[in-house]
Amino acid sequence: MRGGARGTAASEAQEASGKARVTVPRTAAGEATLFRRQSSLVPQRSIAGRSLVMVIAIMTFLACLAAGAAHLVAGAVNDWTSSIQSEMTIEVRPMPGRDIESDVAAAAEAARKTTGISGVKVYTRAESEALLQPWVGTGLDVTDLPIPRMITLSQEPKARPDTADLSRRLAAIGPAASLDDHRAFISRLSTMANALIVVAVGIVALVLAASALAVGFATRSAVALNHEVVEVLHLVGADDNFVAREFQRRFFALGIEGGALGAAAAAICYFIAGILSTKFASSAAADQMEAVFGSFQFGALGYAIIAMVAMTVAYSTSVVSRMTVKRRLRTMA
Amino acid sequence: MNDARDSAPMIRFEHVGMRYGVGPEILRDLTFAIAPCSFQFLTGPSGAGKSTLLKLIMLSLRPTRGVIEMYGSDVARMSETELTMVRRKTGVVFQEFRLLDHLTTFENVALPMRVQGRAEASYRPEVVELLQWVGLGDRMHVLPPVLSGGEKQRAAIARALIAKPEFLIADEPTGNVDPTLARRLLRLFVELHRLGTAIIIATHDYSLMEQFEARRMVLGDGRLHIHEAVLEEPQR
Repeated sequence: MRGGARGTAASEAQEASGKARVTVPRTAAGEATLFRRQSSLVPQRSIAGRSLVMVIAIMTFLACLAAGAAHLVAGAVNDWTSSIQSEMTIEVRPMPGRDIESDVAAAAEAARKTTGISGVKVYTRAESEALLQPWVGTGLDVTDLPIPRMITLSQEPKARPDTADLSRRLAAIGPAASLDDHRAFISRLSTMANALIVVAVGIVALVLAASALAVGFATRSAVALNHEVVEVLHLVGADDNFVAREFQRRFFALGIEGGALGAAAAAICYFIAGILSTKFASSAAADQMEAVFGSFQFGALGYAIIAMVAMTVAYSTSVVSRMTVKRRLRTMA
Repeated sequence: MNDARDSAPMIRFEHVGMRYGVGPEILRDLTFAIAPCSFQFLTGPSGAGKSTLLKLIMLSLRPTRGVIEMYGSDVARMSETELTMVRRKTGVVFQEFRLLDHLTTFENVALPMRVQGRAEASYRPEVVELLQWVGLGDRMHVLPPVLSGGEKQRAAIARALIAKPEFLIADEPTGNVDPTLARRLLRLFVELHRLGTAIIIATHDYSLMEQFEARRMVLGDGRLHIHEAVLEEPQR
């Protein structure tokens, strides 16, 4: 065999084969069969591929839903915060012995003199009464009620109004006027939103971990089922990295398939939800929903997050299978 | 073969013992060497430990005691990479062939080249030539379950030879074939030996051993008895 001496042994071999002359098929079909794509060294039937793809798809779907929800919450909070942060409110309460109209005028004047305030809107008595309508209804005479008056202040873009100076000015007017810059509300809102995002990220992590465990279990089972293949590969000179790569390739394909299925299902869900939210945008229920959760803006970033989750699932499937195979091979050795 | 035996051994066993778990010792105190380009039969009754000894030689098992050296290095101290390199110098023909049923004959024979990371285009002509050489040129696209016993045997031999091993281990290579094919296969091994490959054939078949004068390693009661070949003076 060595030294190019195979020809000298050809007669022995052909005699051993019992055939004097053998020709290789040169037909197009024969060539096509010979030069087809190399088969996977890990038999596909030996891995519970369909079941694993479904498990990965379901896990990816759940992870994508959680990640998408976190994205929506983060977007809504951002909308709220920016709209709230751009406004402040002065409340002027009616007090015995004080003329509320002059207090309102003095408070509005103090606001106008404060740097960083671009607009001052004073709610008239009638407008303030109108604000109560959702709670008390129409037709009720509220003339005698001590209704506080509102002054809303708009901030200059990217400016930080001097709220301390404004508070001092309002205090000088009297005890009836007070400034609310919504800081406490924003802080509570941020805390709640961040908690929701952390929970969503936690769910994504748990789902990914469960998926990894399923892949690890499937890999261990595949290695056990293919013990014979692994042994033959070792004996013909394959190292552990080669064997692990063969399993990894197969599981990566399953991870991509399952991840793509799960992500596609989640993307379709968010797409349909987006269409429905647009369709019912003018309804009272949609207004309530938007008031609480903000507008449904999934956008390109949302779909990118879903794609990223799917890729993470496929990649983690690949890495977990490789690590599991290498650990199993070390144990077998 | 005398020259071969005089050179540094390819494989050396020193006081090697082997037991499975807490059972009795299957192999006891084996001490022998296999020289490059040598030819030997390994024989003995069923259950004598032939397969265990072959597994030790092909690095499929580790001994419970003693030292095994391959190509001058103690296998117990070899790294994973070194063990892989040693395995690549060794061709193995298994008694039960151990072809991978989901791969074609071509892919089975090409396996040792594929695991070395070589591109298929680089070894394709070589594999096709070898398959023709063993008479499987027209069976290269079929899966092993379709092959006859003799064809499987030749495919297994082709797989063992494709990477041009320095050492060939054959476990009962004639166990599944008729006596005529067995004789032909033996002649193939002898020819390979003449071309420079060291060969060890495990067999029960005394008639096969009588066809070629070679060193005999006889296992019995876990111990090894070696009968060196009686070489005839070449006729002038």
